[in-house]
Amino acid sequence: MHPLVSRPRQLALYVVLWVPLTALLVYIFRASGLTNQEAGMLLWLLAPIYALMCLLAWYPCRATPLKTAGMVRIMVTHTAAAVIIAGAWMLLAMAYVSGLVLLESFRHLGDHPNLFKLIFGSGVLIYALWVPSYYVILTLDASAQAEQRLSETKALARDAELRALKAQINPHFIFNSLHSISALTTINPAKAREMCISLADFLRTTLGMGEKTVIALSEELDLIHRYLAVEKVRFGARLNMDEQVDEGSLTCIIPPLLLQPLVENAIVHGVAHLPEGGFINLRAQSDAERLVISVENNFDTDYRPKRRSGIGLANVRERLETRYGKSASFQAAAQGDRFRVDISLPVERSAA
Amino acid sequence: MSDKIRTIIVDDEELAREVLKELIAAHPEMEIVAECGNGFEAVKAVTELQPDLLFLDIQMPKLDGFEVLDLVGDNQKMAVIFATAYDEYALKAFEVHAVDYLLKPFGSDRFEKALQHARQRLGGTSAPAKENLSELAQAARAPGQFLERIVVRDGSRVHIIPISKLDYVEAQDDYVALCSEGHKHLKQQTIASLETALDPKYFLRIHRSYIVNLERVAKIEPYGKDSKVAILNDGARLPVSRAGYDRLRTVLDGKG
Repeated sequence: MHPLVSRPRQLALYVVLWVPLTALLVYIFRASGLTNQEAGMLLWLLAPIYALMCLLAWYPCRATPLKTAGMVRIMVTHTAAAVIIAGAWMLLAMAYVSGLVLLESFRHLGDHPNLFKLIFGSGVLIYALWVPSYYVILTLDASAQAEQRLSETKALARDAELRALKAQINPHFIFNSLHSISALTTINPAKAREMCISLADFLRTTLGMGEKTVIALSEELDLIHRYLAVEKVRFGARLNMDEQVDEGSLTCIIPPLLLQPLVENAIVHGVAHLPEGGFINLRAQSDAERLVISVENNFDTDYRPKRRSGIGLANVRERLETRYGKSASFQAAAQGDRFRVDISLPVERSAA
Repeated sequence: MSDKIRTIIVDDEELAREVLKELIAAHPEMEIVAECGNGFEAVKAVTELQPDLLFLDIQMPKLDGFEVLDLVGDNQKMAVIFATAYDEYALKAFEVHAVDYLLKPFGSDRFEKALQHARQRLGGTSAPAKENLSELAQAARAPGQFLERIVVRDGSRVHIIPISKLDYVEAQDDYVALCSEGHKHLKQQTIASLETALDPKYFLRIHRSYIVNLERVAKIEPYGKDSKVAILNDGARLPVSRAGYDRLRTVLDGKG
């Protein structure tokens, strides 16, 4: 869509700018020996027509952006466009003049030696005057778009952070745990106290992590252990966790709460639906460049997770993207009765 | 019916069952006849033991609490109390005429109140559910949400039919026959209520007595003077009424 046609204010400005341009044309025509009457008779029709024709200059400008198109291409394109547009204008003028000379008062127009060269030349000049304005509009549009994209990206990143913070603690986890504690108070008071402490430890650590942007993998594993300590009381022997993390990975840094939601998912959608219990395997390995982590669990193939279950995974994926862009990968897939999430990210170690 | 209130506790967490057992122990007039750790056990226990009162968790392995009710709900005298940490199911619970909804963690005050409601229901001082409980459990869905699977009971055996494996549904008196992978499963439900629970993107009522999975339809052929027959991928032939054919055309043309 032509920018001037879609924006009435700019179109009005365009029309207004054509007043001095028409005056310029009158001046040129007068200077080349035409009478006032002759210049007026020519331009009342030819100037508005050329105003319409010059709108076309937008397209060659858009086709050859200053930033990407080469100088030669820009010159060639605009020269060709100028010749075509001004030439077409000249042909229209010739038709008009051939009619005008039939009138007594404009008989002499036909005698003017360079009339059509003059019209063609002024056409090229005015075309050349419009090109920079179009490039200004194009540049402004591009920067406005870039700004919008940037603010959208920022808003997305902030959203992801916010959701991550909100998702940190699942309220049902707390209520279920409190219910277990209330059961234990009469059955096994010592265990009730122990579970209170595990729950408090988990909550304190989680809340503290909201303030950090990165933590060591070992800290994340600590958090997971606290979380499992609580869930172990609820699920008892049904919950089996196996962890294999190599020494070097422990000091790698990752965004906080990257893995705990994955373990929680494995419990909520795996173990919790298996009356005979289920397992969770957590693996982490690193070399000089990559840290590779996987969380795998089994699940009941009859169970179909509700729509909201995808949120935890999407959250982890988004946070990885926000922080690492394309240099991290995230894959989640079910195969048979196993569900597995694979994460690979660049190794970073804390300065300490 | 004995004088005691025969009670079944259903919860997949042992500690959660312990809480209920302890609270029930204070009531000599109550008797726990079964404890169940998952939905399958619950269906079996409820059909075999016909309890007066059922404490039912919602999030459980195999079958959730609503599916359990869907399968055993023809016992209209039974009072149901949900016990869960999720408050978002409360509305749905009352739609299936639960007498109460206990939010974990709960204590004896709240438990006693729920028990009082259950006694009123059992004593008949509050109006018992006139509607078939299972019909209500099936109807209790949020608008815009459709079934993802259908549970069917055959004696004390439970079949789970994922919606993607349902080929067509045939009305048979008060029942519907659910055809999936060459087997027919009977379920007590009207075809009209099942129709509303199925996603219209995939399922269409092509006849007063038939709903078909659109992905299974291989072709439509004329049959008799002005009726049609739908032939499914597995060769099954289903009658298509004139109104059903119009609906089918609209859907298929819309997709085309």
